[in-house]
Amino acid sequence: MCLAVPSKIIQVDDKMATIDIDGVRRNASLMLLDEVKVGDFVIVHAGFAIHKIDEESALESLRILREAALLMG
Amino acid sequence: MSIKHMQEYRDPVISKGLIESLWRISNRPIRLMEVCGTHTMSVFKNGIRSVLPENITLVSGPGCPVCVTPQNEIDAFLGLSMLEDVVITTFGDLIRVPGTQSSLQRERARGKDIRVVYSSLDALDIARKNPDKKVVFLGVGFETTAPTIAASITMAREDNITNYHVFSAHKLVPPVLAGLMEIPDVRVDGFMLPGHVSVIIGSDAYITFAERFRAPCVIAGFEPADILHAISMLAEQIEAGFGRLENAYTRAVTAKGNQKALALINQVFETVDTCWRGIGTVPLSGLKIREEFSAFDAEQVFEIIVPYSEAQTGCVCGEILTGIKSPPDCPLYKRLCTPTEPFGPCMVSSEGTCAAYYRYYCG
Ligand code: SF4
Repeated sequence: MCLAVPSKIIQVDDKMATIDIDGVRRNASLMLLDEVKVGDFVIVHAGFAIHKIDEESALESLRILREAALLMG
Repeated sequence: MSIKHMQEYRDPVISKGLIESLWRISNRPIRLMEVCGTHTMSVFKNGIRSVLPENITLVSGPGCPVCVTPQNEIDAFLGLSMLEDVVITTFGDLIRVPGTQSSLQRERARGKDIRVVYSSLDALDIARKNPDKKVVFLGVGFETTAPTIAASITMAREDNITNYHVFSAHKLVPPVLAGLMEIPDVRVDGFMLPGHVSVIIGSDAYITFAERFRAPCVIAGFEPADILHAISMLAEQIEAGFGRLENAYTRAVTAKGNQKALALINQVFETVDTCWRGIGTVPLSGLKIREEFSAFDAEQVFEIIVPYSEAQTGCVCGEILTGIKSPPDCPLYKRLCTPTEPFGPCMVSSEGTCAAYYRYYCG
């Protein structure tokens, strides 16, 4: 039931958003998040956005993954 | 975050490096539990088992919500579907799970009004449009689903929708991990913790468990690189001889979780002891609708009580959900039990271990 891929917010209409998941458009409620805007990436579960992924932390975890791949052991 | 960054989490170069480092770190035989059904699916889909050193065994856990829903709750759902003027609304997987006498799918074919929805808000909408019917939503899921259902209940109250009711069969992850440790045959050296449950509850929610059992615990994302990274971190902890909580999914999981979602859960639900298929009663591992919202509580409104019972079909889902057995150990696997004719919930759900084996494992 979990969607692993973050979805992009295309449109915001009060507490509902239109999201794009790999080209498919759906609605997602924004009731569980504060301050979300068009262009943000969110994790959606059962029709609700539950987390906003920001660029910085996405890049930071990529850096950690690369480091782990190179340095571990 | 851009699409490009998302794809990098699937980058074969990163994964290759992680696999190589894993072969270097890990020597002793270890059993790691992927607690979450979505991890089980991703492990199979990405062929992760085949690239691991032989000493690492992955076992599945109690993280498929449909699978851990006990037989008596499935029977209660069926009981509700028999009532006059009731519309049952549910997520898709649940309708195929066999109860003692029937399944929701079979009852739907017999003409009962049972509708699959994508979100609790769709169920609320059905209630809004059908004021002469009583709409019951089957609330099956973990901490990720609970706030979405709590939200629908508060909306129903605000909008004065009196014909919307929820059967809360929610289950909580941290208490069941402790419950698993009490089962004598369960042997797990480290836990890969669910990504999206953790988005809601935050990594701090596991501290008590990890400290009490000194269990190696790593919160993991769902891409191949995320999973391999979590496995390396677990192997490293085990090789070093200690167990602690680590977070390998920091782009989505914070220490405190989603406070807004947690506040909603707390507003609508209280924790109660609840029964898990194959595990039995686990203290404070379920969510019941608070008295204040009892008008929305299907269990109270319809007074459906079905005593706890285990399915008598020969299905060993209970032992699969605790990592004690794997699907090929089940005498019914592939012979009598298939995704089109499932005997147990682990073969029904897209997140079920038996379904994942059937689809991806040639054995
Ligand atoms: S193969 Fe079928 S019968 Fe056996 S444990 Fe899995 S779901 Fe149950």
